[in-house]
Amino acid sequence: MEIRPIFASLRKHRIPAILIVLEIALACAVLCNAVFMIGKRIGDIQIPNAIDERGLSVVVLNGTDPKLAASDIPRNIAALRTIAGVQSVGVTSTLPLSRNNWGWSFGLKSDSAMTDKNTFNVSLYFLGVGADQTLGLQLKQGRFFNADEYADSTLGGSALPSAHVVLVTESLAHQLWPDKAALGQSIYSKPYYYTVVGVVADVVRPQASIHSTQRSYASTFYPLQPDATLGYYLLRSAPHDRARIVRAAEQKLGEINPAAVAKGKTFDDIRGQYFADMSSMAWMLVLVCVVMLAVTAFGIVGLTSFWVAQRRRQIGIRRAVGASRGDILSYFRTENFLLTGMGVVLGMALAFGINIYLMHHYEMDRMPWYYLPASAVALWLLGQLAVLGPALRAAAVPPVVATRSV
Amino acid sequence: MFAYYLDLAWHSLRRNPILTALMVLAIGLGIGASMTMITVLHVLTDDPLPGRSSQLFTPHLDPLPLNYKQGGDSPDAADNVTWPDAMALLKAHRAERQAAMAGGTLLVRPARADLRPFNVDGRYATADFFAMFGMPFEHGQSWSAADDAARAHVVVLSDTLYRKLFGNGSGIGQDVRLGEHDFRVIGVTADWQPKPMFYADPGAQHYSDVDQFFLPLSAAVDLKLSTNGNQSGWGKNDDSTSLTGATMTWLQFWVQLNSPAQAQAYRQFLVDYSAQQKAQGRFERPSTDAKLYSLMGWLKHENLVPNDVRLQLWLALGFLFVCMVNIVALLLAKFLRRSSEISVRRALGARRRDIFLQLGIESALIGVAGGVLGLVIAQIGLWSVRHRPDDYAQLAQMDMPMLLGTLALAIIASVVAGLLPAWRACRVQPALQLKTS
Repeated sequence: MEIRPIFASLRKHRIPAILIVLEIALACAVLCNAVFMIGKRIGDIQIPNAIDERGLSVVVLNGTDPKLAASDIPRNIAALRTIAGVQSVGVTSTLPLSRNNWGWSFGLKSDSAMTDKNTFNVSLYFLGVGADQTLGLQLKQGRFFNADEYADSTLGGSALPSAHVVLVTESLAHQLWPDKAALGQSIYSKPYYYTVVGVVADVVRPQASIHSTQRSYASTFYPLQPDATLGYYLLRSAPHDRARIVRAAEQKLGEINPAAVAKGKTFDDIRGQYFADMSSMAWMLVLVCVVMLAVTAFGIVGLTSFWVAQRRRQIGIRRAVGASRGDILSYFRTENFLLTGMGVVLGMALAFGINIYLMHHYEMDRMPWYYLPASAVALWLLGQLAVLGPALRAAAVPPVVATRSV
Repeated sequence: MFAYYLDLAWHSLRRNPILTALMVLAIGLGIGASMTMITVLHVLTDDPLPGRSSQLFTPHLDPLPLNYKQGGDSPDAADNVTWPDAMALLKAHRAERQAAMAGGTLLVRPARADLRPFNVDGRYATADFFAMFGMPFEHGQSWSAADDAARAHVVVLSDTLYRKLFGNGSGIGQDVRLGEHDFRVIGVTADWQPKPMFYADPGAQHYSDVDQFFLPLSAAVDLKLSTNGNQSGWGKNDDSTSLTGATMTWLQFWVQLNSPAQAQAYRQFLVDYSAQQKAQGRFERPSTDAKLYSLMGWLKHENLVPNDVRLQLWLALGFLFVCMVNIVALLLAKFLRRSSEISVRRALGARRRDIFLQLGIESALIGVAGGVLGLVIAQIGLWSVRHRPDDYAQLAQMDMPMLLGTLALAIIASVVAGLLPAWRACRVQPALQLKTS
């Protein structure tokens, strides 16, 4: 296919040609960045979390008398165990993605204090007896807490428990002790210190970090005897039982604690609520992309139709002197291919620029390079699809048009 | 002449219904998407207290030690005030009115047997809070400075909570059980919901939280009621988490200053206060770090508008731009197609200017139609925003200026889009065109 005549003809229609190129460039730039943002959000929403999410439900109990916690909590747990289908019950102070975060800073030296500069911030999970099992924590090294460690650990009005043992996540262990075993190491925050007895698979913090996935896993677990801070009653069951069990547990806890508020949900609800605005943003981006591509396609259809109508006579002449329908068809398709090509080259540069701008102003990551060629191919296909209708109409122009005067 | 051009435009648009529909749709979609996001941004950056906001200020002291490590994801610890500083500023009484405050969530235990206990958000504040923010009262009144000093167990309820607890009966003078304590109801405010809730802690949900009760800060601290919001401490001892300690920020402080001269004087007072604290060894940072933010300045400093909203606005504007380029191309095609018609008119004596005006009116007509469609699409867009889970969702409503702005933007966009095609079309050489056809 000879492309010189196409260039010659485009030179005569400079303004419409530039407009098409510009439109495709803009569409390409917006598409690249929007798809990248969608992908980023989908990745965030699906952040892995090594607990048994599918079998987990929780009832949060609020407003009980803190002085009675020691007797209330075992009674509540016993009551929950009687619900049919409940496999295991435990209490914790918070849950991953619950936004109820208790953070603390530790150092690695025995004289580290919370406000020192070189400390690291972690989230604290306080576990009651059995909560490790109910959560479905996956032990990678070491051991879980034993009965004595649970029984001896108290808060007694201070911020951290009196125990001296801790479980950390794999990511955190790797971050703190990159080149030695984490077991047996200690973390310090004067006057508290805790020795690592076990390493568990990565559990997300109550509030995931927006900056880095690794920091989202800075979770630590401590044993605690029944205490008022343990307000999250966890229930583990078969996934299909959860809705019924949440209702039953809510009612049961409400009955035996008439002065308190019991509110239950499944872990899926917690995750859904945590990421709700993120997923709504992702849907909105998808919508904008689809509508924008449609508008771009209609623009190409409109403009090519105009060109076809304008060149009816020339097409007729070409047909009369021997060009086949296929030649006419491929003429318009090649023309579109060239215009789209110029558009996507410009668009890729623009997309890259926008990405740099967003990185500086909106905490966006760098876009991986393959987004550029991928959206280029998408726009090329869109262009070919859009031009097909008008090009077929052009190919259908009979040679006899050449002999007629308009 | 205008009516005649309008008639011509109408005929021309009807001759090509599909092309016209495409252009109207494109401009409608672009305008609709942009106006949805512009409206959201507009309500998010609106003045929460029109008429009063220019007199409200918040002092910003910096009691943090030099080696204080700011938490990566948590808000600036110096955005809040410590208890001793708040009390000192209150006692100094240098502003027209001043109040310290903090948020709290309490469990309400209703006396009515048919109501289960439930949690409500509210505010612990000092006496000037109500007068300073101009809160309207429906029954009773607020508490006095004497009540503050006495740590009185009194409470002011919002109309909603009052009705919920007492139905249609009168509750003034009765007790309400909040948490583990009884408080005497002394006043009821009309539902008052400044958006954003500018006086709340930086970590609050500024667009959806509503205060349902108000009680004296001194009583709340005395009873150790639970507080919401960010508490940042830097003390070495175990009492570093004590609410009244000098090494933990958790309070918000607002002052009313009626003139710029007063504001200037107060700013100087803050610097002097910081210098004095520094001299005593409590503050470590330069006393000139002390600032006084105006209400709107504070909102800007807090940067409450979510990044997502700004990104979506950029996206919507990019989309509008794609639509406009599209319309330029389509209009160009449409106008050039009518070269022969234009040539005839030119040959019959129409000036270039007339042709330009005629085509311009045609573009504007498309803009009007696109604007109407854009309004509909923006309403649908705002409706869907209202159904989103974000905390600002309920605010997404269009007011009259926004409505007119939408139409104006649509017409301007389409006239601008029509400029280039119209200019190109009116430069057609009549003789050449007439000869070839």
